[in-house]
This record gives sequence, C-alpha cells and structure tokens, in this order.
Amino acid sequence: MINASLKQLSAALGAKQISAVELASLFLDRIEQRNPVLNAFVTVDRARTLEMAKGADARRAKGESGPLLGIPLAHKDIFCTEGWLTTCGSKMLANFVSPYDATVVEKFKQAGVVTLGKLNMDEFAMGSSNETSHFGPVKNPWDLNRVPGGSSGGSAASIAARLAPAVTGTDTGGSIRQPASLCGLTGLKPTYGVVSRYGMIAFASSLDQAGPMAKSAEDCALMLNAMAGFDVRDSTSLQRPTEDYTRDLDLPLKGLRIGLPREFFGAGMDDDVRAAVDAALAEYRKLGAVTVEIDLPNSGLSVPAYYVIAPAEASSNLSRFDGVRYGHRAADYGDLNDMYSKSRAEGFGAEVKRRILIGTYVLSHGYYDAYYLQAQKIRRLIANDFVEAFKVCDVIASPASPSVAFRFGEKSADPVQMYLSDIYTISTNLAGLPGMSLPCGFGNGGMPVGLQLIGSWFGEARMLNAAHQYQLATDWHTRMPPDAG
Amino acid sequence: MAMTDKWEVVIGLETHAQLQTQSKIFSGAATAFGAAPNAQACAVDIALPGVLPVLNRKAVVCAIKFGLAVGAQITPRSIFARKNYFYPDLPKGYQISQFEIPVVQGGGLSIRVGDAEKFVNLTRAHLEEDAGKSLHEDFQGKTGIDLNRAGTPLLEIVTEPDMRSAEEAVAYAKALHALVQWIGICDGNMQEGSFRCDANVSVRRAGEPLGTRREIKNLNSFRFMQQAIEYEIQWQINEIEEGRKIQQATVLFDPDKGETRAMRSKEDAQDYRYFPDPDLLPLEIKPEWISDVKASMPELPAAMQARFQAEFGLSAYDASILTASRGMADYYVVAVSAAGAANAKAVANWIMGDLAARLNKADMPIDASPISATQLAGLIQRITDNTISNNIAKKVFEALWNGEGVNADDIIDKQGLKQITDTGAIEQIIDEVLAANQKSVEEFRAGKDKAFNALVGQAMKATKGKANPQQVNDLLRKKLTAG
Repeated sequence: MINASLKQLSAALGAKQISAVELASLFLDRIEQRNPVLNAFVTVDRARTLEMAKGADARRAKGESGPLLGIPLAHKDIFCTEGWLTTCGSKMLANFVSPYDATVVEKFKQAGVVTLGKLNMDEFAMGSSNETSHFGPVKNPWDLNRVPGGSSGGSAASIAARLAPAVTGTDTGGSIRQPASLCGLTGLKPTYGVVSRYGMIAFASSLDQAGPMAKSAEDCALMLNAMAGFDVRDSTSLQRPTEDYTRDLDLPLKGLRIGLPREFFGAGMDDDVRAAVDAALAEYRKLGAVTVEIDLPNSGLSVPAYYVIAPAEASSNLSRFDGVRYGHRAADYGDLNDMYSKSRAEGFGAEVKRRILIGTYVLSHGYYDAYYLQAQKIRRLIANDFVEAFKVCDVIASPASPSVAFRFGEKSADPVQMYLSDIYTISTNLAGLPGMSLPCGFGNGGMPVGLQLIGSWFGEARMLNAAHQYQLATDWHTRMPPDAG
Repeated sequence: MAMTDKWEVVIGLETHAQLQTQSKIFSGAATAFGAAPNAQACAVDIALPGVLPVLNRKAVVCAIKFGLAVGAQITPRSIFARKNYFYPDLPKGYQISQFEIPVVQGGGLSIRVGDAEKFVNLTRAHLEEDAGKSLHEDFQGKTGIDLNRAGTPLLEIVTEPDMRSAEEAVAYAKALHALVQWIGICDGNMQEGSFRCDANVSVRRAGEPLGTRREIKNLNSFRFMQQAIEYEIQWQINEIEEGRKIQQATVLFDPDKGETRAMRSKEDAQDYRYFPDPDLLPLEIKPEWISDVKASMPELPAAMQARFQAEFGLSAYDASILTASRGMADYYVVAVSAAGAANAKAVANWIMGDLAARLNKADMPIDASPISATQLAGLIQRITDNTISNNIAKKVFEALWNGEGVNADDIIDKQGLKQITDTGAIEQIIDEVLAANQKSVEEFRAGKDKAFNALVGQAMKATKGKANPQQVNDLLRKKLTAG
C-alpha cells in the first residue's frame, strides 16, 4: 500500500479494500515511527487527521467518488491550514494557528483529501538544504548524514520514506525540483499563475509557485488537476480553461524534440550526475525523441538576478512579521522600535536576516536602478532566451541539481555555494516556466540523481507526458531508500 | 498681505480623498465609518500570512471620474507600488500606493478669490490604501490599534506649487472639496477624515528661486488651513529675516496655540524603498472603460456654470456661486424648472440672497433647507404674477421656513396676504389717506418730494402692506397732480 500510486489507492478506496481511516492510520503509524529520526513533519495531529478521514469515508458512503477522495496527503508548512499550526519553518510563526485555509488546501479539502500533517521546510522557504528550519534539519532518507535539499525538504523526505503518498511543495528558485532530485522523487513546478498563491506564505511573490511532489509523473498530474485553477483572491492567477493534466500521459514520444542547453551541460556539474543524465537522454532517444542543442545565452545571469529580485520582494513580504498582530513578540522591550527590532531579531534566523538585508539594500534609494531594475531587465532577457529556444524544441532537459545530496554543514557556511545548487532551476522561475524533476539514476554514495524537464509556458501536459513515458520505460522512480519499507 | 510686496508665497496642496466605495480597495471588508474597532478588518486588512490584495474596480471608477472632471489624462497602464515602512497601524509593513506611474496625470481646477479667477494645475492623482488608526487614549500607557480604516481607498490629489496665498489655498481646497462631492466619489466629511489636506509652504523674495518648503500635515478644516498657512508664512519670513535658514520639515498645526511645530526633519526622512507590487498586475484602463464612466457622470460645475449664463442670462459671478456645490446647483435647477425660465434671475437672487442668509444663520447646508426648491419657486411665481409684493414675500418666506403652510399659496391664503390690485379699492384707501394727511399733501404741493413717500407709506400701512406698491404710487401721483 505504501508504494501504491494515487490511482491504485483510489481504486482500493473505491473497491472498499481499505477505508480512508485505515489508510490514514497506516501513514500516521509510519510517521510516528520514522519521523523522530527524519524530522520531515513539524506538526502531526492524529485526531484531526482521523476526523478528516472519517469525513471522507462518509462522503464515499453517500455515493461520492473522486480521484482524491480519502487519499492522505501532507502540506508543506508554508500553506495556511485552518486550525493547524502554520509555522513556515520559523520561530516567528512557531505559535501561529491559521484561521483560514490556503486556496490549495481548500481545493484538496473539497476533493476529499485527508491532511496527514505539516511538513518541515527551510525557514520562509529560504534555503536549499533544509538546514535553515527553526525546527531543525530534515534528514535525507537515502543517507541520514545528508541533506534532503530545500526548501521543500520535509516534503521530499516524507515521500522518499513513504510517510505520505504525495505532498505539496512550493518552488521559488528550485524548492520543489532540487529536493525532489536529492530524494529521488518526482516534483513539478507549474507555470507561474496556474496555481493560486492565496494562503501560501509569500517569499518572493513574482517567483513563488505551488506544485505537487509524488512518486511519479502520473501522481503529479492527478495532484495538479486538483491544485490548478483561477482564483479571484490571487490577482496573478491566470484565467484559463481548466485542463486535465493527465490527458497526454499516454502519447508516444516519437518526434519529441528535447532541447539541451549548452550552458547547462558545461563545467560545474558532477560526473556522476552527468552520467545519469546522459543515460536518461539515451533512453529518451530510444523512445523516439530527438535531442537538439540549444542556447540560453543569459542563463549565467540567472543566479545573480534571482538573488536581487527574490530578496527584494522577500524584504517587503516579511515586513508584516513585526510582532504586533500575531507571531513572535519579544518578551521585554523599551519603545516601539525596540519591540520591532528585538521581535524580528529573535524571530528570524540567519539566512532570512541575510536575505532581508540584501533585499532592503537593493531597493534602497540610489541602488534601486543599479540592482533591482537591472535584475528585472535580465529577467526579461532570460525569458526571451526561452522563447527562442522553444521555437526549436518541445521540452528542455538538464540535471535538476549539479550534485547529489551533500552532507550537513558542507555548504551551510558558504551561502554562495549553497545558492549555486539551484543553478539549473532558477531561470525557470525567472521566466515563469513549468519545470519538473524526475529520478534518473544514482550517483556517488548511492544517492539519487534527478533529471529536470522544462516545459514551455502552460506546457505541463506535454512535460508530464515526457516524464510519464520515461517512467513507463524505467524503474528509477520506484526505488526506495533501504529502510523505507 | 503686505508682506507679498517683498515676499512671494508658494503653496502646493496634497489632498487625501476617501473614496465612497462599499468595500475596501484591496479586500471585501466594509468601509463604513464608526464600526466597533477592528470589526471591519478582514484577513487581508490585518495582513495575515499568505493573504493577497485584489483591486476593487469601483475605486478605479472613482479615479477615472476625477480625471475626467479635472480634464486630466487617464493613464492607460498605471502601476501599484509598495511604500515600505514600519508602523503598528500599517499591517503589511508597506502601503500599496502608486509611485512612478499614477492613474491620473495633469489636469486642473479653476478657483476664485474675490473677483479674481485662477487656474490651479494638478500634478497627479493616484490610488492608494489608507492605514489603520493608532489609539493612544484609554490603554494605560499602551497603544490600541484599530484596523477598520486600513485598506480604505484613497485618491491622493497633488497640485503644482501654484498657489500664492492662504486664501488661494483655501479656495482651491474648497473647490476640490465641492468637486469630489459633486461627482460622487467622496463624502467630503472632514471631521471623519474623509477629506484631509497637507500643505507644502515656502517663501522667497520676489524673483528668487523656490525656497525650502515645510509640509503642514493633516489639515482637516478650511479654517485651520487658513490659520496654519498664515502662521507658517509669517514664521518662515521671520526666520529668514533673522538670518536663519529654513530646514525641510514636516510640521503639525496646533489649533489651540494657533501655531505649527516640527514633527520630523529631513534627516529623519525615511527611504520608502518603493518598488512595483508583484501581487498586483498593472492597472489597465481601456478607452471603452473611460467612455462608460464618462456616460455615467453628472454635468460638471464648469459646464453647468456656462449653461446657466447662456440659458438663463446669469452673470458669471452668480453662475459660479450657484455651481459652487452640487446641492446648490441641484436646488437651483429644480427651482428654475418649477418657477419657469422667465424667473431664472429672480430664483438666483432669492437663493443667493434671502435663502443663503437664512441657511447661514441656521448653519445648515442647502440640502437640509426647510424650504424646498419647489416651495421657493411657488413663492417667486406669486411675486411675478403680482399676487404678493416683495415685502409680503419676505413674510411668506419666513412662514415657509417655519413650516406654517405647505406652500406659498397656502400661506398667502391662510394669512390673507393677497395683494390688493383693485383700482377702486386702492383709490378709496388713497382718498382716506389724503383726507387724513392734509399736512403732507400741502408739503408735497410745496415741492417736498419726501412728503410723497410718507403718503405712500401711509397707504401701504392702511392695507397692511397688501396694496400693490406700484399701483399705489401711480394712483397717488395722479390724484395729487390732478387735485
């Protein structure tokens, strides 16, 4: 059951082979067992979960059905969930119980999904290793000495260890794809505007996008069907006809043009990663796809541009955490400014403070033009590169991460090294494109390697098709860490 | 002002007009004034984690109306920006406003000071959200925060530094105040803070470059504005004349002491780190939207003023007074249509004369006048058709004011005020008056004109003022010269 696909789980529930309560209990038991070591979940509430499961069983008893009715999922702790702690991995919100549901959470509730709990993450989604969480790092189930990636590290680890069949994540610069790659699962970041950001705690508003993380592309497609859609509460969500993201899964890949950016296959990639990615590309050719070399000439500027834009937006987005209305407030303070500075100094961790400082700096009078405006121009150039590229290919492929999962502490002392682990994923966010990571083999230390696919704008279905066909031909996505089973 | 011989005063005004929308500019919460603290603050207004703003299109309609009313350019694509600063009544830690590209650009307003007319140019008008309120009373040394006002839509209207005296500034503020109410975008309630002005004031010696300005914040009455600006001008002149330099500063007016005092200097000026709000798309206004709004707008004061002059033969001055407020204009239009265009001038005189004086005495706006426009029209009709004299009309006016009858006819009837126009009846009275006042008759014949007036007075008195004064005049003269 723990390895079953969402489709299989749904069938079992429909056939009354298992109830939603039993299924939820199965995963709750696994969480209870494994989480003390993995630290993937920050909040588990068995009673509340079982209550939801009973509700799902009752709905099914009344004749309701649906692909996700009674399926247990967990949410990254960045999504506001009514009645649950919603901490965003921060001391600042360690006591915050949301009075409302994020749109994504609401949609899953309507679909009859049972919430297993809230998943650990880098503080305010700022990090690539989950080491910045106030609640301590998540361990990579493939090697407990290694990071799971970030910021959706709890999300990734929970699936790898089979503590949940599928989960939500968010991706601002690679936060779904990089941990998916490091933990050996499938994760998808949709086109910007496809999934509502309402109720998802903002890191960098123009880059943030929620997406599914699961064991397979097929599961991700099913999840995305439930998550996507226009939301009047999010002005940046797009008004488009609803799509069935599973519709193209079974199309053959014959003639599929896969673009390989020269810039992504140069130096900086570890050999073990390169070997796995090359093998995956060979498999695609076997499936009838053709590979073409493409250029993304401005992609080298994506990391610097990102580290101007994202901190700028974050410095403003995080201003609401001031200790006045909710969240952490210092116990002792003198005047108002003292209250602000102590509450924020105590409530935020080092990486969050670093980014607030960078963001405040680049937006300051006299620096705005040199940094923020310049970065926005680069952003447009990067998007234009992709427009050109998609004239000659249907999807783009690259590694999701330049290396397999690294060890704790290996990069945490050097922020720039850490930032470079998102080198292949960031340009996708800057351009607003959909991207995903899927397992394509193993590298050093037996750690998973992820293949990144990038689709054209609203090209999710085509991208999922490419991923699904690969997963029909390979079994990397079915592999589990030794002690998961 | 005597000082203007040597000194020139330069004033620019920034006005925050609260827009009359049912809900807030970026959330669905209600905007009504006076609710219990924080009863009208939803998740978006209190800036819970994860919430997002959604623009209220009704607020945009208000901005378009304003732009059209002042002949400005409506920007086809304007941008919302974040103005970042920390304050407890600013829940997000930033205010959503417009910075580089505002929704309304240019335009202007005609003002009148005494007989002089002047055009005040506008720089811009932009949409933004209001902050909440910090309450410093009743909290035992702590501060209370009421977020009901947070997110209320504002239109900030900025002038060029075109005004040259406190009088001009007040005239502009009054004209703007009337206009925003006229087009129905702001209730103009200054006590509740729906319309508040900041004045940038500087002085310079004639011919010199602009002086350093100080900004007087939150002027919430025209009287205070006048006092504050006058005080500030005098203060700045004194400073300079005593050899000191003016430092750029934000000041507050203390109405009790009648003086301005500095709140913060330029050194404390904050860097607001404006940048485009990534949660909101650019505000696109297509020409069709503008024409739809235009079609829904009332006739504007300037157009109405011109029409009153052309249609009713009013003077420019009268027409401008009658279009100074929507209430005044509406009253006039209804009264003229009831009294007939032939009476248009008489209606204007009555409104600007007796009615205005009476309303002023009672401290009432014209909308609340106890005498309706149709009642006033009825009264004026009885004057023109000679049913009553002007003097009796004043009595009827007073009776209408006091609610002594449903209309002028009713009062004339009940109180027997109908004018005597029967020649025979008047002649009889005149004969009696002549007989009783032989001395005056002789004096008149001896060439004293005053005696004639005394005789007219006696005749009018004898009819309790009801005789037609013209007829009395004519008949009396005829009798005296004939006799």
